[in-house]
Amino acid sequence: MKTLAELKAIREKMQNQVGLRAEDHNHTRVVVGMATCGIAAGARPVLTKLSQEIQERGLTEKVAVTQTGCIGLCQYEPIVEVMVPGEPKVTYIRMNEEKAVEVVNRHLVGGHVVDEYTLGATDMK
Amino acid sequence: MMPEISLNVLDVTENSTRAGAKLVSILIQADHQADTLTIRIQDDGCGMTPEQVEQVVDPFFTTRTTRKVGLGIPFYKYAAESTGGSFSIRSQVGVGTEVTAVFGLSHIDRMPLGDITSTIHTLIVYHPETDFVYTYQIDERSFVLDTREFKEILGDVPFSEPEVSQYIFEYLTENKNEVDQGAVL
Repeated sequence: MKTLAELKAIREKMQNQVGLRAEDHNHTRVVVGMATCGIAAGARPVLTKLSQEIQERGLTEKVAVTQTGCIGLCQYEPIVEVMVPGEPKVTYIRMNEEKAVEVVNRHLVGGHVVDEYTLGATDMK
Repeated sequence: MMPEISLNVLDVTENSTRAGAKLVSILIQADHQADTLTIRIQDDGCGMTPEQVEQVVDPFFTTRTTRKVGLGIPFYKYAAESTGGSFSIRSQVGVGTEVTAVFGLSHIDRMPLGDITSTIHTLIVYHPETDFVYTYQIDERSFVLDTREFKEILGDVPFSEPEVSQYIFEYLTENKNEVDQGAVL
């Protein structure tokens, strides 16, 4: 059974490190759509995977993962938007956990957009 | 239709946060004697008028402007009622909203509760401005997580801090196990 004492220990350890990490304009933002459409299509595991992977690759200093409501493209959910400062927004569609890992590795770490998963790659009517 | 109840919990609670709720209480309660699984989500958000409450169970009503149908609540209601259960929304403008779904616990058509721990974890970590009181109860056994207690200890250390986020996930997992002994709802 987890106790609150463990949380106190984490707090004490973190105390001096936090604050340096305040949101700044150089943050890359990764936004996951979490309205009914996104949730039904599988957004929750995608969000969890993205955040795990970003943590494991040590990117938490420069990448912030957040969520939003319905983006208006329900048929393409789960949707993940990646906003790198100074670059155009990239919209990834029909995401799943495997694709999420790839986006972290190739886009967030490698700096190359994974074109085949983007909205631009579909024949949008 | 959502494949598991925990996704409905996520969906309804996302609505609570969008309604500006400061505090959301989530109850998951299985009662083998009464053969019910009760899911209650209660918030202090902006609330709805009686007309709006009537409209949300109508699939052709939604507050979003991107399209004209909203299926979250109608499917949730149907899922509960099709297991011999019930569904109700009580709401008051300026006070808040309470959404209660009761499922027939052993009914063949009841979808599984699913990964409720991930749902609660997602809600807590991605809505740091909202407080959550989560109660997971099976018959006489239960545990409660109150994010206000966490915040009191953490001070300015955010939930999104990897170690804290991990702690919250483990706290949810271990306490749930203690309550249900690994049984799947």
